[in-house]
Amino acid sequence: MIYETSYKAIAIFFAFVAVTLGLSFYLGGKAKSSQGYFAAHGQIPWFVNGIAFAGDYLSAASFLGICGMIAFYGYDGFLYSIGYLAGWIVALFVVAEPMKRLGKFTFADALDAKFNSPGIKLAVGISTLAVSIFYLIPQMVGAGVLVQPLLGFSHWVGVVIVGATVIVIVVTAGMVSTTWVQFLKGSLLVLFSAILTFMIWARGFETKQGGVDGHVFQTIGPISESASDSALAETLAQQPGLEESEVVQPDGEWADVPYVRTRNGAGTVTVWRKEDAGDGMVRFSEAQTVETREGHVWVNGQPKGEKKGEPELHPVGYVSKLPGGETKTGPLGPFSFFSTLQNSEVVLWPKQVVTGADGVKTTVYYQKPTPGNQILRPGESPTFKGIRSDKLLDKLNFLSLMLALFCGTASLPHILIRYYTVKDESSARKSTIVGIASIGFFYVLTLYMGLGAMTSGSLDVTDSNMPAPLLARSLNEWLFAAISAIAFTTVLGTVSGLILASAGAVTHDLMSSYLKIEMSDHEKVRVAKLASVVVGVIAVVLGIQFKSLNVSYLVGWAFSVAASANLPSLVMILFWKGVTRQGVITAVLVGMISSLGWILLSADTFTGVYGLSADQAIVPFSQPGIVTIPLGFLTLVVVSLMTGGKK
Amino acid sequence: MDTRNSRIGLVLFAVYLLLYGGFVYLNAFAADVMETTPIAGVNLAILYGFGLIVAALVLALIYGLLCKPTVGEIAARGGKK
Repeated sequence: MIYETSYKAIAIFFAFVAVTLGLSFYLGGKAKSSQGYFAAHGQIPWFVNGIAFAGDYLSAASFLGICGMIAFYGYDGFLYSIGYLAGWIVALFVVAEPMKRLGKFTFADALDAKFNSPGIKLAVGISTLAVSIFYLIPQMVGAGVLVQPLLGFSHWVGVVIVGATVIVIVVTAGMVSTTWVQFLKGSLLVLFSAILTFMIWARGFETKQGGVDGHVFQTIGPISESASDSALAETLAQQPGLEESEVVQPDGEWADVPYVRTRNGAGTVTVWRKEDAGDGMVRFSEAQTVETREGHVWVNGQPKGEKKGEPELHPVGYVSKLPGGETKTGPLGPFSFFSTLQNSEVVLWPKQVVTGADGVKTTVYYQKPTPGNQILRPGESPTFKGIRSDKLLDKLNFLSLMLALFCGTASLPHILIRYYTVKDESSARKSTIVGIASIGFFYVLTLYMGLGAMTSGSLDVTDSNMPAPLLARSLNEWLFAAISAIAFTTVLGTVSGLILASAGAVTHDLMSSYLKIEMSDHEKVRVAKLASVVVGVIAVVLGIQFKSLNVSYLVGWAFSVAASANLPSLVMILFWKGVTRQGVITAVLVGMISSLGWILLSADTFTGVYGLSADQAIVPFSQPGIVTIPLGFLTLVVVSLMTGGKK
Repeated sequence: MDTRNSRIGLVLFAVYLLLYGGFVYLNAFAADVMETTPIAGVNLAILYGFGLIVAALVLALIYGLLCKPTVGEIAARGGKK
């Protein structure tokens, strides 16, 4: 879609970012020692730290990715919400207090408290870096997504802006300002999401035949299925705007798919999806297309425009039928919102890629009127459709992801370091409870926001990360500006936290503990800042590369790697006395390498990143957790038993 | 480690694990059950999902109320008490 620049939005946006940066500089001036830089002197009040947890955790993935997935496919996106929250239970009940007791700066400190081994520091330092960078990718992708509709920049500009801003924040400030910025962001994100949800309830549902641009999608027929192309062309020609239309002869894959292409008098090709209307009759519904011809993007049969009013994809997402044949519901409540949708019909827009005889690949987005009870049930998205299959292997992908989300939170380095910013174990506990309350509340809202976006008439069929900001814009321009600014600064905060975690790993675990480089306190901070810049640049590059993947999906991968590499050692050290140094090192490395390897060899990476077909993938399903998390535990136990005697 | 707090933690963890496990099991192996609408026309998938979020908060609060300061913390505060 073409995104118009909104000056109102830009003004709010920059005001917001300026306040954040100002705060960051002001607070950063107070933290000079490395204790201050990495752990905020352990002086952050627990309530502030708790909300900062929410700020860290409710990243681009939660706000953009989950809402987007719900808006595109329905309930399935909410499964991520549930898994992300459940992970906090592991963090609170199992990990929080020991982490606080054992460590000082980094996650490796805690794992290594008993052994004091440079090898552990090295292995855990590397895994911290790997997980942080993996987690950074979706944040960067999300940042680009936010900037696009707001400022009218292209995706990569957004990524670069975020990267640069964050590097400035981290280099000037450290953990004190990062925490306060997260506190601010976390509370505002939850507050504004609540406002958005109230507005969705107040708006209710209304039946439509198109999105907010006023385009009405046409349906032709029913006509007899046996009608010849000329009869079809004649019927088409009676429709407004389609006079002198002719049917394009199907070539290449077009011959095998249920579409008909027509070319009107002006030469514009429109694609229609053929549907069975019963009694030997068929109906044709208007589809939307995107294709690349000679380096230019074409939409709906015309070269894509650059300014408003020029050819672009039509926004979609609307209710086509309401219960009892109503056309408008008026305001709804938290439960009637679901029960009404349950008995309505919403038009979704799945896609299919068709290659013509000339080799041009056309992505066709077609209308799929879907009953509400299907939208609100699990298993409708491509990611989770396996749960509706009879084969166990197909279900494993889902089970694997739910396991990784459950185990992943408590293994994320940037979440774990937040336990060092409070003064004692009871503060660690209390701040986790505050975190769970605010994060849980937000996740309840994601379902309303996602479904609100699905029916807002503002969806861009090509981008599953955009629905939440576009929903806000369909409600109110100011709200859109505020939400985008908050979401953007939340990305900033999460990215700062991740970069700090990486910088800590490089400085403490790799340089100071493993390489035994003697550094003064001042030098440590300087090395950390340098490491921040390097990690930041890597994140920017990867963020541009992975643009097309749903951010929540990418985060799922980061969770898998974190859980596989870190959780086995973390849990076993707490509960088993027989753990050895070698066991920890091997388990961390095996968990990290196996989960990363699995992801790189999976069908989703083959199709989404390499552009190969899913059949060529080496591993049987895409989510590694169910194999690699137990593998990590097994490795730890076996190696510990083997090396137990010679500690 | 502090056995009392960690024991409470593990019991509550087990409770939540059962709830979460039940949810994942139903989704994977009895997806049709999730489509039923037991209360107010809202389906089980949504009710159970919201339930899990509320349960997490309730268990967290119970944990917060039951836990006592650890030995180390009491020692640290020693002078002030």
